[in-house]
Amino acid sequence: MKVRRIFILALLVLLPLPLAALDVPQLSGRINDYAHVLSPGTAQQLEQKLAAFERDQSTQIAVLTVPSLQGDDIDQFTIHVAEQWKLGQKGKDNGVLLVLAQAERKVRIEVGMGLQGVLPDITTSHIIRDAMRPYLKTGNFDQGVTAGIDAIISATKGEFTALPQGAGKAAHKRSSSPFPVLLLLIAVVAVLLGAFSRNLSGLAGAVGLPLAAFLAFPGMGIMMLLILAGAGLVGGFLLSFLFSGMFGGGGGGGFYGGGWGGGGFYGGGGGSSDDDGFSGGGGGFDGGGSSDDF
Amino acid sequence: MNKIVAKLPILLLLALLSGCGYNTMQANEEAVVAAWGNVESSYQRRADLIPNLVEVVKGYAKHEADTLKAVTEARAKVGSMQVSKDVLNNPDSLNKFQQAQGELSGALSHLMVVVEKYPDLKANQNFMDLQKQLEGTENRINVARERYNTAVQEFNTSIRTFPNSVTNSLLLHLNRKEPFKAEEGAKTAPKIKF
Repeated sequence: MKVRRIFILALLVLLPLPLAALDVPQLSGRINDYAHVLSPGTAQQLEQKLAAFERDQSTQIAVLTVPSLQGDDIDQFTIHVAEQWKLGQKGKDNGVLLVLAQAERKVRIEVGMGLQGVLPDITTSHIIRDAMRPYLKTGNFDQGVTAGIDAIISATKGEFTALPQGAGKAAHKRSSSPFPVLLLLIAVVAVLLGAFSRNLSGLAGAVGLPLAAFLAFPGMGIMMLLILAGAGLVGGFLLSFLFSGMFGGGGGGGFYGGGWGGGGFYGGGGGSSDDDGFSGGGGGFDGGGSSDDF
Repeated sequence: MNKIVAKLPILLLLALLSGCGYNTMQANEEAVVAAWGNVESSYQRRADLIPNLVEVVKGYAKHEADTLKAVTEARAKVGSMQVSKDVLNNPDSLNKFQQAQGELSGALSHLMVVVEKYPDLKANQNFMDLQKQLEGTENRINVARERYNTAVQEFNTSIRTFPNSVTNSLLLHLNRKEPFKAEEGAKTAPKIKF
């Protein structure tokens, strides 16, 4: 099933789908100034301010500037970026994305679902109109963006609290399904037991495979589990045959090497890179926020 | 022992094929229902803004009673529609729903054109706020529709491809769902911007 889904996904990627005119840019830190409208000093200052804010509040705020939208609508472009960058923590959805399009003179603040209580559309439109626009109109992007960020920070302060140490990274790296890992664990156990007895190996498979499947896909039917038990029994026997004569430790080591090497299962969401250690925490967006001209 | 090894591939094949499609298709259908819920609530959000909007405009543009009436009536029509989960399986119901919402969009667009004649209204703080809120709901509607269509596509694909199609015809009997179609002459919802 997972193979089929990956196959369909691969097919969709290969097919010429009608994508937005502008591709989602790479997430490289909290300030992504692709239009080069911010001075290095301001960019660094904002970067630090937002990093500290996330450490303190777990809320993720990022800035993106592009030279041109290339015919795209800023609302549609921004939601696509937000969906791919996944700012905010999974479950909390506390991300904010500020997008500025230089040529079209448009700005948008996109607000994650978890922050729309304190940053409703009216508030973001006021932030743009009253705090940012006066500066942006005269080309003072440094102060305009800073004013916007400061306003967003003061509106969202106190809404969320920091994550416990290391939990953020763990949440981000969590794979979409634990099934492959569990399967490998069962296989390792079967091989180790196989050193002692074929029957134990078969038993490990018969118990382990349905257990792994049940943990990975809760709600699986009894019939299915029984079928898997049969498959596990046979699989366990087979594994013990394949590795008969090999010392359990060596077999286990080989498996571990192969298992953890298959990092493909653990890919994070597309577009989130680990440059500067900043990547989206899996937060969701629903199109809330507001845009305006300057 | 040879017998067991010989039967192994068949057992594994059965295990992989028969169970997985069953769960996937049901999960995909639930995803479609959830996505539809978001579509409905975004449209509802828009409908909720209309009374305020009509009140504010009335204060400045008393002579535009006809336009305001059209908006109010279109909203009432949308509000009176009984939308159940059946709309997902019934292309006619979905078309009716889409049409009623489209009429409300049209009435709102017309109102915004009319409002151009009243600079005092355009400068009114309440009106500007409502205008921004409307833009926000239109965007949410677009996003919700896009996500709904994606969920429908995934679901329809999952029930039609082999071997899920077999599981579906034998056990589940799930129907293909209808996506939102682009409205005639308009690729996106009318932009209520100045």
